[in-house]
Amino acid sequence: MKIKGRLMLLLMLIVALGLSTLTYYGVGKDKRLSVNDIKQGLDLSGGVDIVYQADKETVTDEEMSAAISLLQGRLDWSGWTEAEAAREGAKRIRVQIPGVEDAEEAIQEIGQTAQLLFADEEGNIVLTGDMVKNATKQVGATTSGGASQPYVALEFTEEGKQLFAQATAENIGKKIMIVMDDEVISAPGVQEEISDGKAIITGNFTGESAENLAALIRAGSLPFNLTVLQMENVGARLGADALSTGILSGMVGVVLVILYMLFTYKALGFAADWALIIYIALNLTVLSLFHITLTLPGIAGIVLSIGMAVDANVIIFERIKEELILGKTLRSAVKIGFSRALPAIVDGNVTTLIAAAVLFFLGSGTIKGFATTLIIGIILSMFTALFVTRVIVNSMIQAGFHNPKNYGFRVK
Amino acid sequence: MKIIENRKKFFALSFLLILLGFASMVYHGGKGESILNWGVEFTGGTALKIDIGEAYAHDKLSEVIFNITGQKSAQIQDVIGTNEVAVKIQSIDSATRTKLGEAIKAEFPLSDIKSSADVSGTVSSEMQMAAFKATLIACFAMLIYISIRFKDVRAGGSAILALLHDVLIVIATYAVFRIPVDNSFIAVLLTILGYSINATIVIFDRVRENRDKFKTHEIAEKINKSIGQTLARSINTSVTTFLTVGAIYVLGVQSIKEFALPMMVGIIVGAYSSICISGPIWYILLPKKDK
Repeated sequence: MKIKGRLMLLLMLIVALGLSTLTYYGVGKDKRLSVNDIKQGLDLSGGVDIVYQADKETVTDEEMSAAISLLQGRLDWSGWTEAEAAREGAKRIRVQIPGVEDAEEAIQEIGQTAQLLFADEEGNIVLTGDMVKNATKQVGATTSGGASQPYVALEFTEEGKQLFAQATAENIGKKIMIVMDDEVISAPGVQEEISDGKAIITGNFTGESAENLAALIRAGSLPFNLTVLQMENVGARLGADALSTGILSGMVGVVLVILYMLFTYKALGFAADWALIIYIALNLTVLSLFHITLTLPGIAGIVLSIGMAVDANVIIFERIKEELILGKTLRSAVKIGFSRALPAIVDGNVTTLIAAAVLFFLGSGTIKGFATTLIIGIILSMFTALFVTRVIVNSMIQAGFHNPKNYGFRVK
Repeated sequence: MKIIENRKKFFALSFLLILLGFASMVYHGGKGESILNWGVEFTGGTALKIDIGEAYAHDKLSEVIFNITGQKSAQIQDVIGTNEVAVKIQSIDSATRTKLGEAIKAEFPLSDIKSSADVSGTVSSEMQMAAFKATLIACFAMLIYISIRFKDVRAGGSAILALLHDVLIVIATYAVFRIPVDNSFIAVLLTILGYSINATIVIFDRVRENRDKFKTHEIAEKINKSIGQTLARSINTSVTTFLTVGAIYVLGVQSIKEFALPMMVGIIVGAYSSICISGPIWYILLPKKDK
């Protein structure tokens, strides 16, 4: 038993050291998965600054705000939830995106007008993109016996359905051109009237380009073309000391929490601190893995989540204490403590998780980003506080470290 | 713990704090200012492009801006590879703009203000509306989950009312201290919601567990006892969380302080509402015959 407990503790030590080393040094030359690999927001490290101008004589306020919210939707969809778009003057839109490697590609991706048209062979427009109810990427054979390939499936609104049926009826034996931003992307021949309100766009799509096109069509088209007036790389909004003091204060906060837990809960606190270090390292690794952009409030959020991550352990330890006072042995007090504390921990975390999920799906921009870090924090902290702490506490007891006095409680 | 018995005092204290926030809003509104100190991310402002003409220190520029406009949190971004800088501040009138131009010229003799334009907020009113709706739906989802888990819709209702209480007091903090309302405002509110609901559920969980240990008419005793049993946890978790945010407040730069202060208030208020507000509300909502 003693050996088993000690081996388990050794394993946990290796896990903690391994994860800490990973967050510090990362993998390979690019320091992948390390703290340095985590993307930083506009406030901490700046990004690319693009000024667009509406390519139209006069624009209305409605058109401008529609264009801005469309751009914001595309930015969110591309994973740049911490990007910003704002109107500047009468017909300009300034977009800032943090941590972009290829600015040209970003411009390409978000600045497309995305005007979708259906036209007959003479060039008469029969249908426009605003009559598309939904667009999705599909994979399959588009002709009988053809090879499986990605394509975009369209579903029309009621109005679009009727117009499309009429257009296909009138053009049997001819072609209908699907035009995106003045470029014909597909020109299928019409064999028969299509009255079910469905159409597909085929072409040389990869899975990704089909998904992109579907998303562009779903989001709708800009009310005007946007020309890029200016593109610059800009620095961090906050001074260089913002990041360093942010990190320093985070570390001080962590050390304070570690000391407080050690002081209050002795050996149990030691186990919680151990699990906490694993939690922090895991959290940073996951942020890096999912390419989540970290802003200053984000760092503060993580530090706060550290304070809260020990909460589950506090609930458990208070329960263990109660059981010890009732005269239980250490081993059974630990067992009962963990199981009695479980409903409160699960309900508390699931409630927060539900709220975070709603914010993730309905929120936009920074709210989506916040929800993502929150969800990661909750899931990881439940894992470390419930599982990791339990393994460490049990192993410590098994390894022969089982004087209740060391667990912080005077037992009569 | 005589929490239920003293509920009127707790309610009065909370009411007073919330009232203080509203009073501050009315006061500033009456002076012709905005009721909250909206940051550029919400209301937009003025964007300046300045060619400094030489290498310069961020702090110098932000000091000049503060001296003229009184704004502590101007956004200052270098344009990489040049001596130009993009500045975004809350809207200023043309007299202040002229003064600012002169002050910058005096501090940086080689400088030249290349352009100045009105900018909209980056958090558009649609985004604010969407955020508001998402939060409401999230609260509703929490209400349903808690009501199911505690087999009592009043439990869910009182937990959510306690959250509303926390939100109002945190907003009051922004109003009284004139803290700029920017992107971090949303993050602060959401974090406090998560923190506070967690604390409330720990207490309600204990009430649920104590269900059979008290007689039906001993509801007040049951709630009091449960709050007492979880008090050590309530205090210890608040302390650990407060320590981390406190460290941020003490060591952080200005913009961090503006974030950490309402967060600290939120942690205290969240703990307070879980202990002193949520239980009493639950008690009040219960039918008379059970008390």
